[in-house]
This record gives sequence, structure tokens and C-alpha cells, in this order.
Amino acid sequence: MAYKQFILVCGGTACESNKGIELVAELKRAVEAVGLVNDVQVVRTGCLGFCEKGPIVKIIPEDTFYVEVKPEDATEIVNEHIVKGRMVERLLYDKSQSKQHVEVDEIDFYQKQFRIVLRNCGVIDPDKIEEYIARDGYAALEKVLFEMSPDQVIDELDKSGLRGRGGAGFPVSKKWAFAKVQQADQKYMVCNADEGDPGAYMDRSTLEGDPHSIIEAMTIAGYTIGANKGYVYIRAEYPLAIGRLELAISQAREYGLLGDNILGTDFSFDIEIRLGAGAFVCGEETALLASIEGKRGMPTPRPPFPAVKGLWGKPTVINNVETLANIPVIITKGSDWFSKIGTATSKGTKVFALTGKVKNSGLIEVPMGTTLREIIFNIGGGIRDGRQFKAAQTGGPSGGVIPPEFLDLPIDYENLAKIGSIMGSGGLIVMDETDCIVDVAKFYLDFTVEESCGKCAPCRIGGRSLYNLLGKITAGTATMDDIDTMQEIATAMQRASLCGLGQTAPNPVVSGLRYFRDEYEKHIIDKKCPSGKCKNLLSYSIDPVKCVGCTACARVCPVNAIAGERKKTHVIDPVACIKCGQCYEVCKFGAVIRG
Amino acid sequence: MSRVTVQTTKAEEVLAPELIEFISEWKTQPGNLIMVLHRVQEHYGYVPRKVAFAVADLLEIPLARIYGVLTFYNFFKLTKPGRNRIQVCMGTACYLRGGEDLVLELEGMLGVGLNTVTPDGEFSVEAVRCVGCCGLAPVMTINGTVYGKVELKDLPGILAQYKKAS
Repeated sequence: MAYKQFILVCGGTACESNKGIELVAELKRAVEAVGLVNDVQVVRTGCLGFCEKGPIVKIIPEDTFYVEVKPEDATEIVNEHIVKGRMVERLLYDKSQSKQHVEVDEIDFYQKQFRIVLRNCGVIDPDKIEEYIARDGYAALEKVLFEMSPDQVIDELDKSGLRGRGGAGFPVSKKWAFAKVQQADQKYMVCNADEGDPGAYMDRSTLEGDPHSIIEAMTIAGYTIGANKGYVYIRAEYPLAIGRLELAISQAREYGLLGDNILGTDFSFDIEIRLGAGAFVCGEETALLASIEGKRGMPTPRPPFPAVKGLWGKPTVINNVETLANIPVIITKGSDWFSKIGTATSKGTKVFALTGKVKNSGLIEVPMGTTLREIIFNIGGGIRDGRQFKAAQTGGPSGGVIPPEFLDLPIDYENLAKIGSIMGSGGLIVMDETDCIVDVAKFYLDFTVEESCGKCAPCRIGGRSLYNLLGKITAGTATMDDIDTMQEIATAMQRASLCGLGQTAPNPVVSGLRYFRDEYEKHIIDKKCPSGKCKNLLSYSIDPVKCVGCTACARVCPVNAIAGERKKTHVIDPVACIKCGQCYEVCKFGAVIRG
Repeated sequence: MSRVTVQTTKAEEVLAPELIEFISEWKTQPGNLIMVLHRVQEHYGYVPRKVAFAVADLLEIPLARIYGVLTFYNFFKLTKPGRNRIQVCMGTACYLRGGEDLVLELEGMLGVGLNTVTPDGEFSVEAVRCVGCCGLAPVMTINGTVYGKVELKDLPGILAQYKKAS
């Protein structure tokens, strides 16, 4: 049975939480009602990436892109678009282009993107192994098992230049080669899907949209390093991803792609899911392994590296989801193809979760070497509410802030390290002038203090001290000496912490001091927060000249701190004021002064 | 009577049969503790103290190991959450778009602090790590239902849906 049209509905978490499931049901019902079940297929796919405007519906082959679709729109889409061939104008992304044929590729959000990792996300139904196979799925595994030796696989990965996408960017081929040469009765392949970086969700979307790509890559890894057991360590907070992965694993077993004697060869490999329980430190390899072993997730000193002595003391390779998703494509398309994408030292693409004050939040994949300007202004559509770009932050709590002067810097591992940030897992947070650099640093330190396992003193004590000092600065009680102290603590943490968490925790502070020192100084010397975020440094008053006595501010004030009669100047009681800023927002005459 | 029998009886009094079955299935597998605790929390919504004792008995491990793990990971709860569990995302995107204001407002509206339950047991408020819907920031979930792009003025209407019809 050949379908003529496909209605793809985004099944990512953001869209599903916006009644995406009901939408699929309604679309199916509407298609049935017009008697086209044999011609039109409704497919719930993985994340289409454009989360800002979800739920997304895409109709192929004509490539029409509908946004913010509600279940009650289903009948109209089917009756108008499918039956009569007329686009539903009010649901089109760019309504001005509705007269023309709006193709997905013409939308700025997708134009600059290049999808390797997310190749199947939003294209296939993740619950159907047949659809993955139809898109060359498991072809790489077949090629590896029948045509390549483990050394050839490592060689191919080496030539591709693929580096780990989870943090420091260690070459994948080296990691695999270390594990391969170990002599042991048992080795393990672990997939790190414990995406703990606040503001990053690419691994979740990959697992939700294309779970088989991870299974295939892990099996290839198992064959290469000589492991027959794999674990996926996944966040318990991702129930949708867990469910789809469980289903995918059972389908792969049925097809003989997992389990004993895969594809009739003498190679056997199976995968088990282990749940994380909310510990950011488990992004550190040794801590992750401790957690799989059922213990507190505390890191241990390296060496020995996990490739030598890992899970239950056996050689173990740990790769994250995004890294693994690249591997089947590298095998099928070849290292030559892959290594042409990206920069001299960083090959391939990177998935970013573009969020914060950008117009089009979403999940994007761009070639390494794309500039921040292209990402934020072309793909992201610029800053919301007509505000100015102030800074971007990559690498989450482990990364640094990037000021506007680096907007045109090609993003790769080396360039980010040079300017004091890291690639990290791919959170990319955009800030505007209403965001305070000191406050954001405090937010991140609050996170790392909470997540520090407490094993080593530099991280346990240093992180807390940095947090306290940032608290002093935002409260207006700090002195300039505190900046020197912060820098000393930061250096000690970077050099002496046991694991990556403590070593990188000071990055938000260090980069803030490097690029936004004047903002720190304004907090400390002038006792002012230029963004208006730090409430302790704020005061509100009413300009008697501008105030017309409309009473809007007094009515909105939650603590009745504003007094004044109608048509007479109002006054704010500074003692009662809780600095919530609602009067400032509500005043139409600009009479409320914030300073 | 051997010591083991006495303890099994004890565990049976405390634990639901399906939990005992789950634990016995996992008992021989290495690294089982976290998976077992996940199952227990799924059942009760938290890990009650007497249940922790029973799990220690069944797995034949010290209680200290169980509490070591429970207190290390954010996901595990030692107290019972409200009948309606409100979780406000405090990922970076949500923080920048006002997640903290949502927490403060909810605390004020319900008269509770973070991670506490209203006296009638109806609501609890938690700040959680990234929910993974950054495009919808600020995000909160109530009993697993996601609310995106939440504004302070939306809160009374959302909460009203969960209040007991009385």
C-alpha cells in the first residue's frame, strides 16, 4: 500500500505536552472521516526542533509547515489541505508567504541547519523499526559485521575526526582503541543519556525521535571493543524517551539485531537500561559508572581510565547519545564525507538547544564552525521583544559567558576553549540586557554547589565560597577585595578539583569577570545592578512630574506600598516595597523610576 | 526458625506483593539498588522509612547504603508529596524567563515553602532541574501535565483545576 501524503506530527516532549497526542488522534479520526486512510498516513515523529511554535505539523510531499496546531484544527487541515488542496493559511508559520508555496527549507530556522544526528528526528515514527531500516538503518551494523574488522572501524572513526559531544571532545577512535586492546573476560559499552545540563535536551530528543540509531551505534561499539553487554544510563525524568527506547530494544531483539548471534554471525550483544536519579555529577564518567553499580555517584581519580578499569572493574567505553548518533552515518557514508564537514579540528555537526531570550527557541543542528551570529540571528531569529543581545552561554554550568565581540567567531572546541567557555553538551542560552551576569553566575553556582558530591575539598568548599561571595555582590555588601578572593578560589578549584564538575564550576564567574568586569564593579562600587535583576540593589520611586494619578500602580501593588489619591501624584513606601516591579511594568507614563 | 524467614514475613507485611516480586527478580543482578528504589518510589510516590527497612532486609544490605543512595540523588523523596505535585522548572532557560517568580508566587498562593506540602496534603511545590521543554519556558508541571509559557496571572486558573470540588 503506497500512501500519497503523510501528515507528520511532532512527538517531542514540548509538543506532546501541548496536546500533541490528542492532535494525532484527531487527525487520524479526520482522515478516516473523509475515507482517505489508504492514501494519507498520520505519523507521530520525533522532535522537529522548532519547539517555540509547537505543536508542529508537517505535510509531505508538499512540505507545508503548520505551527501551533490545536486538536480542534485537525478537521480543518484534513478537509481543506488534504481534500481540497488548499493550505490552512492561519496555521502557516509565515502567513505573509501563504500565497506562495512555503517549503520547510525556506524557513530561516531550517535553512542554515545540517542534520546528521537529527537525520531521522521528525521524519520517521520512532516506534517503528521498519521506518528506521527504510532510512538505511542498521546498514552500518551490517557493513561492520560482514565487511570490517574492529581495527578498520577504529581506523574509519579516526579518519572521520569524530570527537565526544558530551564535554571535553576526546577523540572517539582513541577511546575505543584503548578499550579494544585491553585483555579481559568481560567489557562493557555504556551510553550516557543522563542529560543533566539545565537548558539542554538534545539527547532526550534524539532518543525520543530516533532510538534505533543509538542501539545500532552501541552494537557497533560492542563489536569493535569486544563487549557483549551494553547499558544505557538515562535520566528517570525522561519517561517518554525511556519508553521509546525500551520498545526499540525489544524490536531490535525480535529482528535479530540485538541478542545472541546478531544477523547470524557469532557476535552477541545486548542492551539494558539503567535509570539515573538526578545527579549532575554523574555526567562524569567514573561517577556514572558508580551509579550504574547502584552506589552514590561519586567520581574516582583517573587514571585508571574507564577504558582500562571501568564498570565492575572491567574495560568500559562511555559515549554520549549525540556522539553515538553520528556513528552509523560515518560508517555508511564514509569518513571522507564526514570529515569534510566542520572545521580543521572539529568535524561534523553540533546539536544545540537554543533557548533563553531568542525568538525561535528550539533544537538545531549546524556544522561545526558556524558562528554564533548565524545561530542566534539567522536560525534563532534574533532577540525577543526588540531587545539587545548581551551574551550567550554555552556548556551550561561548566561553560562561560560569551560577549557580543565574539559573535562572528566560528564555534568549535578550540575556539570556545580559547574564549573561556566549553562546547559541553550543547545548551546555548541567549541573554539580553535585562539579564544580570552576576545573577546568572550565582544561578549556576547554586546549581553546582547543590550538585557537588562533596568528595573533594576544592569543589565542596570552593564552590560554596564562590556562591557566598556572589551573594554578597548581588546584595550590595561586597568589596573589591572579594573579586580577588573569587579569582583565587576559582584558580584553586580549576587546578585541584577531582573531576570535571569542580574544575569547570568557576567558569561562569571567571568568564564574567573577564568580559563583564564593569558589571561586577557597578554592583560592588555603585551598588547598582544595570539590568535591574538584583532586587537588593533596586529601589522604585515615582516621578511626580510624569505621574498623572491614574492609580494603576497602586492597584497592581501586591503589598499596598503605593499611596495616592486619584489624579494626584502617587508615592511608594520604600520600606513596604518588595521590589516586585509590577508598578514599573504597568505604568503607561514611564513615571515609575527604577534605579 | 531461621532469621531470614522472620525478616521475609516482616517485609511482606510492609511491601505490596508486586514490589516483593520485583525485588526478588532484581536481587541477583549487580547494581540493583537504584532500580529497586525507583520502583518503590513509583509505587508510593516517595520512599517511606519502614519500606526502606524492608528493602534493606530483602536485598540483605545495610540500611545505611539505602539512605546513602536516597539522600545523594535528587530524584528520591523521603517525604510524601502533595496530592497535586507542582514542579517548577529551574533550568537556565526557565530561570531567565521567570521560573523563580513562579515559585515565589506559588509559595505565596499556597502558603508553603519549597519542598513542603500544604497542611491539607493537597499541594506541594518543588523546584526541579530542566524538564527539557526549554522552548516553552517558563515551564511547570502538575502531576506530570506540562504547562508552558506560564505567566503569573495564569496561576490561579491553573491551580483552580486541581482544587478539590468542595
